[in-house]
Amino acid sequence: MGAPGRLPDVSSKPFEEIVAEHGPTVLRVCRAVLGPVDAEDAWSETFLAALNAYPRLRADSNVEAWLVTIAHRKALDHVRAAARRPIVTDAPPEPPAGAGHPDGWELGLWEALEALPLRQRQTVAYHYLAGMPYRQVARIVGGTEAAARRAAADGIATLRRTVLKGELR
Amino acid sequence: MTTDLFRALPAVDPEATHRLHQRLVEAAHAAGLLDIAYRTLDTPVGTLLLAATPKGLVRVAYASQGHDLVLEGLARDVSPRILRAPARLDRVAREIEEYFAGRRRAFDVPLDLQLSHGFRRTVLAHLPEIAYGTTASYAAIARAAGHPRAVRAVGSACASNPLPVVVPCHRVVRSDGTIGQYVGGVPAKELLLTLERPA
Repeated sequence: MGAPGRLPDVSSKPFEEIVAEHGPTVLRVCRAVLGPVDAEDAWSETFLAALNAYPRLRADSNVEAWLVTIAHRKALDHVRAAARRPIVTDAPPEPPAGAGHPDGWELGLWEALEALPLRQRQTVAYHYLAGMPYRQVARIVGGTEAAARRAAADGIATLRRTVLKGELR
Repeated sequence: MTTDLFRALPAVDPEATHRLHQRLVEAAHAAGLLDIAYRTLDTPVGTLLLAATPKGLVRVAYASQGHDLVLEGLARDVSPRILRAPARLDRVAREIEEYFAGRRRAFDVPLDLQLSHGFRRTVLAHLPEIAYGTTASYAAIARAAGHPRAVRAVGSACASNPLPVVVPCHRVVRSDGTIGQYVGGVPAKELLLTLERPA
């Protein structure tokens, strides 16, 4: 029994629960694709857009895939904006307080991710951090499932070389 | 194999999560997308859930009513655009604290009565007429609401009051002087009436 104007087959979970359940994963994905500073802007834009559209989301939707799809587009906006920005070689901008060093940064993993080509970063993030099957990853980034799998494998291989340097199996 | 690469990364970054949640609440409010803000408040009758729309306080719920269930009901009946946003409920929280401290006799916050309809809403509109420290019978409220024989309906209006404590259904008792039922349980009703009783 829904109120007038609300379809019975739309989600009726309070959005607060959506943020609590999926916010951390979407943040990891944004950080992997964009780095720590732009990631927080992309996360905020993602969840504001999701909040807006949420009353129309069908109850049987895969919420995390829906959020990662929105995050993917918001991150692309940032990537394009960064490409248009003039390159300043000296004195990189200071990250906002608290945003610069997410947990795990000291491991060098996030820097290593930043060094990957965009497509590899995206496929690694969506498959390994968001746990999406390659079929779904391909739907988000475009191209075939095989290409998505290959991009992620290449990305992981590079990460393994640059981060682990043979220390871990 | 590959998961060892990410194993050392904590799944949750609590500081960033908190910062981003606050930022989302502010952006949602500015964009007119925060349909329901809520918080909880610890009181002598247990933890109360307080929820407000932009129009006003829309729901107060006792812990025994199941706060998660109440929020799901709000998502279904009003809007699922619901966020924990304590600052939006600062004023009503302060007034409820003053009430329990014995320093406040009436609430002065806008109310959103959209969860109550028809006769039940008429009944709720009459409840604030029962002065602090006094009680009225279900029959008296039925008469005041223009339906003297609808005594049971007054009882169910009180039982389904979406704004207990603030809309004082606890001041409605049986004609024989016994305390009657209460949405927050009889002990809570006794506590509220004792608190209001003149010394």
